Amino acid sequence: MGSHLDLADPRFAGALVALNFAQAMEKYEPTLGLEVHVELNTNSKMFCSCATEFGGSPNTQTCPVCLGLPGALPVVNAKAIESTILIGLALNCSIAPYSRFARKNYFYPDMPKNFQTSQYDEPICVNGYLDVEIDTDEGPAKFRIEIERVHMEEDTGKSLHVGGSTGRIHGAEYSLLDYNRAGIPLVEIVTKIVPGTGKYAPQVARAYVTELRDILRSLGVSDVKMEQGSLRCDANVSLAPIGSGKLGTRSETKNVNSLRSVERALFGEIERQANRLENGERVVQETRHFLEDTGLTRPGRSKEQAEDYRYFPEPDLVPVTPDAKWIEELRAKLPEKPSTRRKRLQAEWSVPDKEMTALINAELLDVVEETIALGAEPTRARTWWLGEISRLANEKEVEPTSLISSANLAEIIALIASGELTDKLARQVVEGVINGEGSPADVIAKRGLKVVSDDSALMVAIEAAIAAQPDTAERIRGGNIPAAGALIGAVMKATGGAADAAKVRELLLKHLGQA
Amino acid sequence: MSSIRLSAAQMGDALAKGEITSVELTNQHFDRIAEVDSAVHAFLHLDKEGALAQAKSVDAKRAAGEKLGPIAGVPLALKDVLTQKDIPTTCGSKMLEGWRPPYDSGVVTKLKEAGVVILGKTNMDEFAMGSSTENSAYGPTHNPWDLTRIPGGSGGGSSAALAAYEAPLAIGTDTGGSIRQPAAVTGTVGVKPTYGGVSRYGLVAFSSSLDQAGPCARTVLDTALLHEAIAGHDSRDSTSINSPVPQVVAAAKRLDVKGMKIGVVKEISGAGFQAGVQTRFEESLQLLVEAGAEIVEVSCPNFDYALAAYYLIAPSEASSNLARFDSMRYGIRVGDDGNRGAEEVMNLTRQVGFGREVKRRIILGTYALSSGYYDAYYGSAQKVRTLIKRDFEAAFTKADVLVSPTAPTTAFKIGEKSDDPLAMYLNDIATIPVNMAGIGGMSLPCGLAPEDGLPVGFQIMSPVMQDDLMYRVGGTLEAALNSKWGHTLISQIPDLQVR
Amino acid sequence: MAAISRDDVAHLARLARIEMSAEELDHMASELDVILGAVARVQEVAGGDVPPTSHPLAMTNIFREDVVKPSLTNDEALSGAPAKVEERFKVPQILGEAE
Repeated sequence: MGSHLDLADPRFAGALVALNFAQAMEKYEPTLGLEVHVELNTNSKMFCSCATEFGGSPNTQTCPVCLGLPGALPVVNAKAIESTILIGLALNCSIAPYSRFARKNYFYPDMPKNFQTSQYDEPICVNGYLDVEIDTDEGPAKFRIEIERVHMEEDTGKSLHVGGSTGRIHGAEYSLLDYNRAGIPLVEIVTKIVPGTGKYAPQVARAYVTELRDILRSLGVSDVKMEQGSLRCDANVSLAPIGSGKLGTRSETKNVNSLRSVERALFGEIERQANRLENGERVVQETRHFLEDTGLTRPGRSKEQAEDYRYFPEPDLVPVTPDAKWIEELRAKLPEKPSTRRKRLQAEWSVPDKEMTALINAELLDVVEETIALGAEPTRARTWWLGEISRLANEKEVEPTSLISSANLAEIIALIASGELTDKLARQVVEGVINGEGSPADVIAKRGLKVVSDDSALMVAIEAAIAAQPDTAERIRGGNIPAAGALIGAVMKATGGAADAAKVRELLLKHLGQA
Repeated sequence: MSSIRLSAAQMGDALAKGEITSVELTNQHFDRIAEVDSAVHAFLHLDKEGALAQAKSVDAKRAAGEKLGPIAGVPLALKDVLTQKDIPTTCGSKMLEGWRPPYDSGVVTKLKEAGVVILGKTNMDEFAMGSSTENSAYGPTHNPWDLTRIPGGSGGGSSAALAAYEAPLAIGTDTGGSIRQPAAVTGTVGVKPTYGGVSRYGLVAFSSSLDQAGPCARTVLDTALLHEAIAGHDSRDSTSINSPVPQVVAAAKRLDVKGMKIGVVKEISGAGFQAGVQTRFEESLQLLVEAGAEIVEVSCPNFDYALAAYYLIAPSEASSNLARFDSMRYGIRVGDDGNRGAEEVMNLTRQVGFGREVKRRIILGTYALSSGYYDAYYGSAQKVRTLIKRDFEAAFTKADVLVSPTAPTTAFKIGEKSDDPLAMYLNDIATIPVNMAGIGGMSLPCGLAPEDGLPVGFQIMSPVMQDDLMYRVGGTLEAALNSKWGHTLISQIPDLQVR
Repeated sequence: MAAISRDDVAHLARLARIEMSAEELDHMASELDVILGAVARVQEVAGGDVPPTSHPLAMTNIFREDVVKPSLTNDEALSGAPAKVEERFKVPQILGEAE
């Protein structure tokens, strides 16, 4: 990603110098910090038994506890503890033998108690790491991101701002609160500062969040859908002149709602900060808001007047002391690491790197593995999902996995392998299944799509083709094998593609004395 | 013939024998309330409909031959800090004027299961902060012994209701002495169970690690009967003890302290205590010796820091617990004229909704927790707490229970200390250490101070989860005192001068 | 050691979201100054080797099973609301931004 910066660009009003990203990275080195919030997929909330289901009618999944009514008390969800420990173990953390909840005190209408029950100086998991790999000019490079802590907290309610000209928060006449989401378990994963990424900072950040997402998905602890808010990323970055040995002032960027946005937000922030520094301005320590449409960030609440959270140990909850036996039981439950799994599948399927990357980026790895597990031949499974199914999905603007099941596709691929369907016929069967005409067998029956492999039926078509093109037939008899293509084509057309082309060729040549 | 001067145990007995119905008993109490409460002001809300419905239901069950508990059908006054579904719960504050909770507290659930008839909600210092009930937003309660004096606090309404025979049973809550000190100055009995012994679910929190609901009555046995009805594990309270309810009724009936060691805590008796209070306390010690106990002196040097630590820990927790009162979801809302933002409305609501003492403690607590001050204040106070626990642990190796006068003075005049916060805080000097360590504490009447003829309370402190020891000593002392006097103390209360 | 100024109180009042008049601030500052003077003595005995106590009883690992139980109805949840619109709590405009 490069950019040409125009001094006439309003962003740079009054600037004496303008740097693009590449130029910025020649003078400054970035230090990253990433905070990821994960919404757990437990049945009930963190501290009460209300349902966590998404999309309920407003304020129908609340109780005295999550509404913060006077007298209400929290009780910890055991499954949430388990999920958090699993996350910590998957990130190579130490699980604290003693951890506590703490109150983070601040006022905001979406917070029923005006404090968040969270963890402060005694989090449940500490000191882990995650290795990521990115593409650099010198080839693939590994980065180890160190994890400072993994801790538990609770989500807030949702506010709707009504009135005002834009419907956004400034200028709203009033706000409406729905507390269904209040109290849903959140896990916060905080990295240590990440130095040494240089110009690859945006990619490293994206790779980190991606790998983290895949690990969380493999653990089954969250839906991890960034667009839906079950995975949230705040990106922190600061710049310092290369070799200065110092750290710059950092900014925090929120509202980063996709993997691509992680990369774009850091790219934009690095450019912004570099340009400020170049023009003799200091970087303000603040929270910024990422803007999807422009890739820029705008200032939010200034962190320099940050709230004093007045953390203290939560008196309504008792400490969490997971014993070694329980931790080992959970460790045994850890699934294969996504990166290990990817390498293993690539070797098993003998897939070249480029195609593997394509599969991973298209998020088709799981469904391809499923399809293969159901008996489909690996290459065909990959080709169909990456090819035809993805093409159709693109057209219809839906996810490939929503169009057809791995079971149905595996069945169709099996029919191709046994010769009962040609590729062309198979495409029609896929179309039929997608259109809801039934199972592959139903579609084949209804549309009469079986390959014609009955020799006598084929001979009828072959003789008709020969009769229609006597000169071509003569050439073939004379030894011109390639000429058979025209006759084979004619037979295929006549049978509506239902003929097995290889069989037609065999019979034709035999018939014309060239077998 | 009115039965309101019977003990709860006697009422339960009469109900069981069919000598009276619960409806009759309940109505007698409402009549008494109508007669005297304009002077006493113990109650903030009366639930005639609900009470009579419960009374009727208990009578029906009894008539059908069901076996009911010892206090089924007996009336009770409930401190207004505990939620009762659809019944106004104000916590003595303007902030919750008119609020009706959509749920019952654990204590209320247990009371209903026991068949107890809840007459209404009693007055209290706002959000349980105070020692005189003068901090109520709805006006003070008056001590039935002398209407110009305070009934103690924060649970003055409950204790006054007992002393005025408006109810034979009451529920209070105790954070630094709010059950025991009112009991002392009204000549009634009050117990703070071991922390975690009674559910805090639905107890509007003041200081979460210190708060505890507890039984109040006119006799030790009545208190024990109520204690067994409300104690027990509640899975909705993570700090609730998961152990069998202590056998306090049996202990209260035991009337035997032979061989027990009674520890007098040097630091919370003697100097600093009103002469008459100290006199009655020492006389009670003598009775216990005559009953076969041994008095030992123990020293708990860190108790000298207990008050200071309490007035850091409690306000800190309170500042956080009371943050929820922001006018957004319940309670009053002030200043929402369509031109003000949420934060401004919060600020104005909290300015108007909270009284002086509550605001003082919120600010103090905010300060003690704030960045840069945490270690010196809140952090240090938590360490003092450890030292107090250790003092108790050491003392309990030398004595089975510890004792002291409950409060340094008898009931003072309304208005006498309300302008001097520190003077007011000193009322809790003997009761606070108990909450800090989470152990059990009881106050029972041990006489009238000779200089003013006002009730004096005797405090008994028992180790964690050994509440029965308090009741054993308390029951024995009560019997010995009653025997010495020839009557109970409360029976000596002057008739109330009413309109 | 325990001097608390009017400005300190004003800052704390802002943190605690309590509006205070100038008179209230003055009064509060002088009262708190006295109280802080009395409570500061906890520092005398709070040595570095003394661990803090935040729970009176030593309990750990109190959890509940991840089972859904009935919630309040919408009416019950909103029963105390000073203002509501349809099924939501209505509050004055929120001018700051969420964490």
